[in-house]
This record gives sequence, C-alpha cells and structure tokens, in this order.
Amino acid sequence: MSFLHNAWLERQRGLIDFSVANLGRRRGRNFGLFLAYSLLVFLLASVVLYGDALRREARLLLADAPELVVQRLTAGRHDLLPAEWLDKVTGLRGVRAAEGRLWGYHYDPAAQANSTLLVPNDAPPAPGQVEIGAALARASGLAAGDVLSLRSFDGKPFAFNISRVFEAESELVSADLMRVSATDFRAFFGIEPGRYTDLALSVSNPREVRKVAEKVLDRLPGARVVAREEMRRTYEAAFNWRQGVLLTFLSTILLAFALLAWDKASGLSAEERREIGILKAVGWDTGDVLRMKLWEGALLSVAAFLTGYVLAWLHVFYADAPLFTAVLKGWSVLYPHFSLSPQIDVAQIATLFFLTVLPYVAATIAPVWHAATLDPDAVMRE
Amino acid sequence: MTSQRNRRGSTLAGWVLGMGALALLLVLLDSGRLAASHAETLRQGQARVMSDQLTDPALFTEARYARHASQADQHAAFQDHPMALEHFPAGAMTPPTVMPLP
Repeated sequence: MSFLHNAWLERQRGLIDFSVANLGRRRGRNFGLFLAYSLLVFLLASVVLYGDALRREARLLLADAPELVVQRLTAGRHDLLPAEWLDKVTGLRGVRAAEGRLWGYHYDPAAQANSTLLVPNDAPPAPGQVEIGAALARASGLAAGDVLSLRSFDGKPFAFNISRVFEAESELVSADLMRVSATDFRAFFGIEPGRYTDLALSVSNPREVRKVAEKVLDRLPGARVVAREEMRRTYEAAFNWRQGVLLTFLSTILLAFALLAWDKASGLSAEERREIGILKAVGWDTGDVLRMKLWEGALLSVAAFLTGYVLAWLHVFYADAPLFTAVLKGWSVLYPHFSLSPQIDVAQIATLFFLTVLPYVAATIAPVWHAATLDPDAVMRE
Repeated sequence: MTSQRNRRGSTLAGWVLGMGALALLLVLLDSGRLAASHAETLRQGQARVMSDQLTDPALFTEARYARHASQADQHAAFQDHPMALEHFPAGAMTPPTVMPLP
C-alpha cells in the first residue's frame, strides 16, 4: 500500500518537474501572464477587502447612534422644529428619553471646507469655546489655544477659543466637527431659543422602535423619522454601491484577462501541439498529459492568487489603500485619516479563488484535452 | 545525488507555493492582531458617536447631503432623477436612500 502511495507521489513529482521545466522554457510569456494575473487578483481583492472593512467599520461605529431621529419637513425639506414637538414625543409610551439636537453646517471660504457645528447634550463646551476635529485642525493649521474666527449669519466676525482638538482615534466620525455651546450656536446661526434642528429619541424596548416611530408620525404628521437601522443601512448600501462601481470598472480588466487566458488556452501553439504529440508517441497516456498541463495551470494561478491576495492585504491595511482614497475622497477638503480593521472571511477568500483560479485552469485544460486525444502522428504532422 | 534532487522543479514549486501559503497564513494571523490593536480606535469612535449623538461618519464632507447621507432630504443627491450624474463625486456614487419608517 505504502509502495503504491510512494509510486503515485513520485509520479506526481515527475509531472510537476516537467510542468516547471515547461513554464521555464516559455519564461517571458509565463512571467507576463503571472504579473497580469497577480495584478487582477490584487485589484479585485483590494476592492473586496476595503469595501468589507468600511462596511464593518460604519456598522460598528453607528451601533450607538440615536435610535430614532425626528425631523420636521416643511414643503418637503428639512426645517427647524419647535420645542413643543419635544414635549409631544416625550410623553409617548415607549420613549425612554427625547432630546433636542442643534447642529448645522458652516462653509469656511478660507479653508474652502464644509464643517459641522453641533451642540452636544453631554458636557458641552463653555460659551466662547470650541472643540474641533483633527482634520479641520490640520486643514486650517489650528491647534488648541488658538483663536478661530468665523463669520456668523449676519456677516459679523465670531471668535472662538479652541479648547481642544479631538483625538485622532475618533477621526472617522469627528474629522469636521466643531462642538460649541447652545448659546454660541444660536447666536452664530441666528436661531431663536425654543427651536431645534431635530430630535433624538431613545426607546425603552429596542424591539418597539418601529411601533414608536409610527406613534411619532401619528402625533406629528409633518415629521420624518429616521431609525438607527436605516442610518446603518444607508452606509451598508453606500459602500455596496461604491464597491459595485469599482468592481464594474475592474470587470473590464477581468474581461481583458479572460480574453488573454482564452487566447493562450484555445490557441495552443504548433510547438505545444507537437510537444503533446511527442509525449504521447513516447508512451504518455492522455491522462498524464492532462495532469501535467493541470499542474502547469494550477502552479501559475495559485502562485498568482497568493501573491495578489497578500499584496492587496498590505495595500488596504498597511498602506491605507491609496488607489481608492481618491474615489472615496471626491472633492472633500476635510478628509479623515483612519485605519480599518480586517474581517477575515473564508467564504470571501474562496469566492475570489474560484472566481480567478478555476476559470483559468479550466480554460487551459479544454484545448489540451482536445490535442491529447488526437492521434500523435496526426498532431506531429500538423 | 542530493544536489540532483535539490534541482528538481517540484522542489522549487513546493518552496514557492509553501512560501505563498505561509504568507497567507501570516495574513490570517495578522487579522487577529490588527483587530485587537484597532479595538481602542473603534471604542473611541463609538464613544464620540454616543456622547455627541452622531448619525453619520465624516467620510464625505464635500456636500451636506453627502456628509449626513442618512439625514439628508430624500433623493437629495439626485435632484433630477435617481440615476442622474451628480455634481459631486460622492453624490454620484451614493445610492438612492433607503425607505423611511414605517
């Protein structure tokens, strides 16, 4: 039994020896194919790894976002809401707490950047103070202790003392934030007391979120209610969409590669056909020829797959995916520096593997099988 | 005899694939290490989301509806029609908003 096993192993080694020698004989062509193959796997794997990591990060970050946000719609657009709305939803059964949120946007012509001003309900800064995000500090060249002067709604200068720059670790959610006091916010935007941007609701029983949303809409027909699950799904969908757009672009490369592989596979050169004929004439059977060619295709594609995947990993998690940053960044001036955490998914690796390796090996085998089943004499005479 | 065996193509192929498999194994192990080192970053981000009641990541700051995609007017990124090419790159690649409750 052991002898049979050793004989089988030695036979496979012999076939691999021959395959490697074959690959070496057409060194230039095979090396070019290996590079194109690795690049294809690298691009596909980078998109998949980056998209999955972004989706995961957004899902985890928004795990503690407000359970329900209530907006007021006026003529189909988001509008400030009166404090009476807060009283109306506070008494609703199932609502644990309701708070009015104050937030808005400010465009800074000097930095040409949009920033988000908000009033935190938890430990707001003292009047005259502002806490800013790290990307905003970077873009404006500001640091804690500096004075930030902005134009308020009526064109008058409004000076804030920067009391703090947020930690870099939270940059993905705080890059463009400016935390100010409620007094400063109302004075800066000219919003009278008793009006809020929207309401944040927490619900006693998470399973009743939908029911509570219905009750809010019953009581406030002019409202729009956004649930936390919708916020998370928005980003799930956004990153799916972006990943899809990138994969669409990459599909052209995939098609080009498929053409290359098909051309190589379907058009066996005369030299290769003669080689198969000689092998058969010296006693190789069809199975041996197929196994040898299978090894050849498998060695090339598995090596290219491993190279492409590992390079994609380094690109996404160690080099911060410079190839995709421009797509995500768009025209933003304030862009966060952030790192992503990988999520290894065996199904994801298997999908990539089957998407890239199997078609190539299959395309290589089909014409070889055709040539190997012919009469050696006829093949050599062609 | 030994040097003859060492020159065999199968040995070379074994080495190349072995190194590739080892690199893949290191990647798998590295994912655990990266996730552990990223946990603190994630915790600080989550703390900021909780304390400031944030609803969106600050990834696309170029336009208000891109900055707060989940809070924007419905179809804000698609003022003309849902598949219109948008002025801002972020808007051009933002899908139609999810259906509101209820």
